Formats: sequence, structure tokens, C-alpha cells
Amino acid sequence: MAKITYVEHSGTQHEVEVASGLTVMEGARDNNVPGIEADCGGACACSTCHVYIDPAWVEKVPAKDAMEEDMLDFAYEPDPVRSRLTCQIKVTDALDGLVVQLPEKQI
Amino acid sequence: MSDIVVIGAGQAGASLVARLRNLGHTGAISLIGEEPVLPYQRPPLSKKYLLGEMELERLYLRPRSFYEENGIALLTSYTAVSIDRSGKQVVVDDRQISYDQLAICTGSIPRHLPQAIGGGLAGVHVVRTLADVDAMAPGFTQGRRVLIVGGGYIGLEAAAVAALGGMHVTLVEMSGRILQRVACPETSEYFRKLHQGHGVDIREQCGLQHLTGDDKTRVTGAVLTDGTELPADMVIVGIGVTPATELAAQAGLEIQNGIKTDARGRTSDPSIWAAGDCASFPYRGERIRLESVGNAIDQAEIVAEDMLGAGTDYVAKPWFWSDQYDCKLQIAGLNAGYTHVVTRRVGEAVSFWYYAGDKLLAVDAMNDPRAYMIGKRLIETGKSPDPSEVADAGADLKPLLRA
Ligand SMILES: Cc1cc2nc3c(=O)[nH]c(=O)nc-3n(C[C@H](O)[C@H](O)[C@H](O)COP(=O)(O)OP(=O)(O)OC[C@H]3O[C@@H](n4cnc5c(N)ncnc54)[C@H](O)[C@@H]3O)c2cc1C
Ligand code: FES
Repeated sequence: MAKITYVEHSGTQHEVEVASGLTVMEGARDNNVPGIEADCGGACACSTCHVYIDPAWVEKVPAKDAMEEDMLDFAYEPDPVRSRLTCQIKVTDALDGLVVQLPEKQI
Repeated sequence: MSDIVVIGAGQAGASLVARLRNLGHTGAISLIGEEPVLPYQRPPLSKKYLLGEMELERLYLRPRSFYEENGIALLTSYTAVSIDRSGKQVVVDDRQISYDQLAICTGSIPRHLPQAIGGGLAGVHVVRTLADVDAMAPGFTQGRRVLIVGGGYIGLEAAAVAALGGMHVTLVEMSGRILQRVACPETSEYFRKLHQGHGVDIREQCGLQHLTGDDKTRVTGAVLTDGTELPADMVIVGIGVTPATELAAQAGLEIQNGIKTDARGRTSDPSIWAAGDCASFPYRGERIRLESVGNAIDQAEIVAEDMLGAGTDYVAKPWFWSDQYDCKLQIAGLNAGYTHVVTRRVGEAVSFWYYAGDKLLAVDAMNDPRAYMIGKRLIETGKSPDPSEVADAGADLKPLLRA
């Protein structure tokens, strides 16, 4: 279980508990957090589950693989360090307190 | 505020109702679905869910609370049996629901094998619903023999799951090659080799003549068109789908390769819209119908907007994916009418670029998300790169997006 804070582009915060084993994308979906569209449902095929990881957390989130990195390159205004696809991040206790910022839009 | 009813609680229906609330619609919304579960994603049914790597709860598109909190009346296990257009009512099993505006998102129906050749035997499955997959999954055990009829994406994905589970897999494809209807010979060859490498027996230009059964109740084998007899413990049928248009046709709506809609998803009745697998729509001067998640979502959102008077025309941006073994195939665009294919190989990654003359139509990318994403953006903006650049493994294609 981890407490995750999703910060919408407008600044609205959603602090929710997400079970371990789910992805950060599923945590948003299951708690009705707007702004993560996740069109492909987590197949790493669409890039519409993009977020910016809070700088304090970048190092603590498990690294991205090549597939995710390539997809991210074409997301909306990606940041080489902070951008991630939330469907590729599995929630563990170690992510308790994670903060992610949502982009202005998903493409 | 108008009362909106949506028939079909699948990918399109769920996206449509969410978009309506998101756009501020305050009138009543009812979402009617005949399946007994919350709206869910189908792609994992032939992939991770069948593999046992994804639990049921993770398939749901949204949690139950979403519908409750948004005042969406979700009627699961209810079938819409007819539409009374003059009275503006949908007849749903035991009740009638009035609408000011109606959307039909009934999806598509898998083709079954005819009863006469054994299609009704136990152990013969199609892959469309959660119930279909829950019925076949227990049969996916090591050492059993499965016959897959049809070499489209769903048949190939099922073959991959079965092979990974240690089953003996035979796949028959009646046409000249697997994926013939949807892809170029290069893509077919890639997947043929991939499957053969995992021990799948792929037989092309070979159809099913009939199935054989124990006491005519449970499937035990098959006779193929080349005369071969094969034992089989189970059969999976992936021979395509037809759009679910019966309800609309009965109500007298125009049907043309699906429920006929205009660029805003409107049917021939000004109070009725349609979206998703069941609907055909104009695309680059033609009328097409797509069977994909991306289309279901985008078209449903166009319909929601048009219902609320803020419509824009639907400009489809076709994309699709398929997962087989360790290969992720990503497809951008539509290849219909291509004249030739350009191959790009970068290390293990391969992509096939479909051109009509010098115009780029589509890209099939195997474990090459860069090629897929670049191809997708180029096609969406109507740009066609020089084939020699595409074929040059050393060339970075990203700058083409700015050109
Ligand atoms: C096994 C499988 C794998 C797939 N993989 C991919 C993939 O990798 N990528 C991709 O893009 N697409 C994939 N697809 C296609 C994609 O799932 C569909 O295109 C998408 O679900 C279409 O959405 P829809 O809402 O039009 O139809 P559906 O999701 O099928 O929803 C229609 C719903 O309407 C209900 N319904 C029908 N008639 C009535 C009635 N009279 N009353 C009440 N309810 C009714 C049906 O029961 C169904 O629940 C796959 C499909 C399958 C089956
Ligand atoms: S949900 Fe599609 S890439 Fe993450």
C-alpha cells in the first residue's frame, strides 16, 4: 500500500491509497483522478498515461525500460528526467508518499 | 437538460458517458449493458488476462464508484430489445427507458463456426467476452492440444498464450497467409517465424473441413481441407466479427457496413448516434468501420460532444497493437490500397512502412515504439518521408516530424 498524490495541471491535488501490485496509472483510474487517460489500458502502447514525477521522487522510482523511454519521447512536452508512463510503474510500499504532476494534456 | 440513454456498456459506451459528465451534462444518463460486469477492456482477454497475469478487477475501465459519483445509471445484465423511435423509448427486458438522445454502442459479434461442421460442440470457443475467456481458460493446461481456426490477431494472440502454457498448438488459416486481411506479407512472415519458433504448427491455405466429437457433444479433433485429421482437446475460433447492427436495423436505421453515421456519429435519425465497432463513418472520401479501442474512445467522445451541441467532425487516427510472446506490435494508420512496403531494421527492432506511391499510409512496428510513434505522427499530419531515409537504420527519423 502506498499513499500517492496526483497533482492536476490546474493544481488540484488527489491524495489516494493505492494497493501494492497495481500500477500508478491504475491508482489514478480506480480513484477517478482526471487527467490520466490511459487509452491502451496499460499496454505501453499509447503514451496517454504520462506524468512528471516530483523531483524528490525521481531517484526512488524504479528505472524505465527502453520501450517506455521511446514512447515517452513522443508524449506531450516530455521531460527527460521526470517524465514517466504511469502504467509502467508498479506500486510498492517503497513508493509511499509519491507525488506526481499531470501534464497539461495527453496526446 | 436532455435525458441520454446509451445502449452497450463496453469501451465506447463507457467513454461516452464519462465524456458527457466531463463536458458538464447534468441531465439523466443511463448506460445499458447485457454483460453482467462493469464495463471492461477487451484487449487483455487474449493477452495478459488469458495468461493469468492480470486479475479481473484490473480489467474494469472504471470502478463502480465512478458511475455512482457521476449519477450514471449503469444497468448491467440488461438487454435492449427494441427501440421505439416515435415514442423515444428503449425497451429493456422488463421495462422501458425514455430518451431525448440515444447512442448505440453495441460493438460486434464474433463469427461462429456453423453447427453443421461442429461449431456447437463443447470445447469450441470464441474470444469476445470475459465469459468466453473464463470458459476457455481452465482448458489451457500443459500438454493439451488446441486447434486455432483463423490467423488474425486474436487467433495469433490465443496461439501465443497457449504455446507459452506448454500446449500443443496448431493454427489453420484458410487464406494464403496469416494476417492476409490486415497486413503485408512481410508482417505475416515475421509472425509466422515467431510462432514457429515457439513450436506452433502454422498451416496456411488450409481450412477446417469439420470438427469431430465424442458422442457428438465434445470436440475431439478436426478434419482439415487437405484431408489431415488432427486430435484436439479444444478449438478456438478467431474468424472475424460482424458489427452488432440488429437492434438498429430493426428500428429502421440505415445500415451500411455497420450502423451508418456521419462525421459526427449521427445516424439517419437525428436523435440517435452510434459509435465503436458497430458504426461506419466517413474517412478520406470512403466509408469505413474500425474495430479498435482507439476508435471506440475517440468516436464516442465525438458523439458526446455532438449530443451536447459542441460537435466537431471525427478525424480518425487509426492505431492498434498486439502482444505475442515478447513482441509488441504497434500499428499506425490504415494500409488499404498500399502499393509497396519499405523495411526498417534497427538492431532487433523491425518496422514495415506501407506506401501508396510516395504517400505513407501505415506502419507496422515490431518492438520499435520509435518507428511507431514517428509513423503515427507523420501519418496524422499527412507527411510522407523519403523511403530511402526510412530504410536507413542509421538515420534518426525524429527530425522528420519538424520538417
Ligand atoms: C480478445 C480481443 C482482443 C482485442 N485486442 C485489441 C487490441 O489489442 N487493441 C485494440 O485497439 N483493440 C483490440 N480489440 C478490439 C476492441 O476491444 C474493440 O474494438 C472495442 O472493445 C470496441 O468497443 P465497443 O464499445 O464498440 O464494443 P464492445 O467493447 O464490444 O462493447 C459493446 C457492448 O455492448 C453490449 N451490447 C450489445 N448489444 C446490446 C444490447 N442490445 N443491449 C445491451 N447491451 C448490448 C455488448 O454485450 C458489449 O458489452 C480486441 C478485441 C477482442 C475481443
Ligand atoms: S496506458 Fe497506454 S501507455 Fe500507459
